[in-house]
Amino acid sequence: MSLDLLELSKTFQGKGWGESVHVLENIQHRIENGRFVSIIGPSGCGKTTLLRIIAGLEKASAGKVLLDGKELVQGTEEVGLVFQEYALFPWRTTLQNIEMGLEIKGVEKEKRREIAMEYIKLFGLGGFENRYPKELSGGMKQRVAIARTLIMNPRVVLMDEPFGSLDSQTRDAMQEFLLSIWQGRQGTTIVFVTHNVDEAVFLSDEILVFSKRPARILERFEVGMPRPRDRTSPECNRVKREVLQILSKETEDSMGLPWIK
Amino acid sequence: MKKERYLLPLILILVWQGLSSVQVIPSYKLPSPVEIVLGFRDILIVGVPPGHLLHNHMLYSLYRVALGYAVAALLAIPLGLLMGWSPGLLRMIRPLFELVRPIPPLAWIPIAILWFGIGIKSAAFIIFLGAFFPILLNTISGVLSINPILIEAARTLHAKEKDIFFKVLLPGAVPSIFVGMRIGIGIGWMTLVAAEFTGVKEGFGLGYMIMTARDIQRPDEILAGMLVIGVIGLLIDIGLRAIESKTIKWQ
Repeated sequence: MSLDLLELSKTFQGKGWGESVHVLENIQHRIENGRFVSIIGPSGCGKTTLLRIIAGLEKASAGKVLLDGKELVQGTEEVGLVFQEYALFPWRTTLQNIEMGLEIKGVEKEKRREIAMEYIKLFGLGGFENRYPKELSGGMKQRVAIARTLIMNPRVVLMDEPFGSLDSQTRDAMQEFLLSIWQGRQGTTIVFVTHNVDEAVFLSDEILVFSKRPARILERFEVGMPRPRDRTSPECNRVKREVLQILSKETEDSMGLPWIK
Repeated sequence: MKKERYLLPLILILVWQGLSSVQVIPSYKLPSPVEIVLGFRDILIVGVPPGHLLHNHMLYSLYRVALGYAVAALLAIPLGLLMGWSPGLLRMIRPLFELVRPIPPLAWIPIAILWFGIGIKSAAFIIFLGAFFPILLNTISGVLSINPILIEAARTLHAKEKDIFFKVLLPGAVPSIFVGMRIGIGIGWMTLVAAEFTGVKEGFGLGYMIMTARDIQRPDEILAGMLVIGVIGLLIDIGLRAIESKTIKWQ
């Protein structure tokens, strides 16, 4: 059982006389269910576009996405997306944000409140259930956003640089928290976009390095270390070095900075 | 700080009263503060014209405003939400509204009287015109200002169009709708008084009252009436602000 990306390509048509932009080039990959896969690549390379296609927010120009052999339809409950900038509904409290999906689904109030309160406890948001997003810290907002997605029990969770705007301590704590949540949910696949190599090595079973635009998969790394991992261990450093070598070359090229070499 | 706010008005009133007492300001043009207070007593217990007491003028005016304003809000809010939601509808309707909007509500008085006769309906229609466009335009811009990522977030939670409308666009536009409603009631209230200058059948209304006071040469009653109009407008705005801050706790 797997999530299959089949020859995915994406070109954004420019409006009027504007140039069209070729973002994804023939992305072909199989992600076995239950794995934690990170995608890393130069900024603006099309990682986010790939997630948006899998989530059904964007249509691929060519190719398709299969889950367990069946093509994903738009608005499927199998896939959830955690946005880069939280995307919480500012007029909803923590509790109301988390139960939004159940509310849309038509789960009755008592029941969805009960489920949402479980998530609030699990995510360490107790006492903040009636606060509005503006009253929460960045780490808390991101926990609300993750809880809001996971409460729908998606089998594939897409995360778009979810910890990008957190300070480094909060970020480390959130990574460990995410792993513990994921390990408690058998069979949930996570596709995690990041530009932070440390993060990718600490979290992932597998790392995909994307090229600059139009993005192709440059290299695939299997990260075999058992968890919990030590961020500073020689094994972690070795994988990091290998990823960085490929990535830094690609980034230099895309920025056109010959004097670095 | 609190005391300083009242200092300047107090000095002005004292100077005004002093200049009036020594006849530098002629009383038939600008009555003194004391005379205005007495004028206020007259409109309160004698009435302009006699028997038509202040509270009845207020009730009639408020009733006309309430009617025109309610119709304006009930039409403008749903229409604004729809126009913000559907680019096609916006493109279709906007040119027509852009054409009608610059016509001052008061310029509609003759045609309103022709259509509805003199009475509550034509007054309410003028209020409606004054309040409708600010509410509509602010509702539209409220919807358009919602971060598109929130609509996408709702979609990833499997929202249908109906959910997006009621659970994202409507609550997201509420702050802007309130802005429109406050501008709308302000313009509606100003428009009302002018509308009552020209056509009132019942013999009541604050605008009618101050025009009658002019006819009988009572500047003290005119000014007392103007103050009442201003204070009511202020109270309405304070009331709406209070409702607004109760409704929107999340901003």
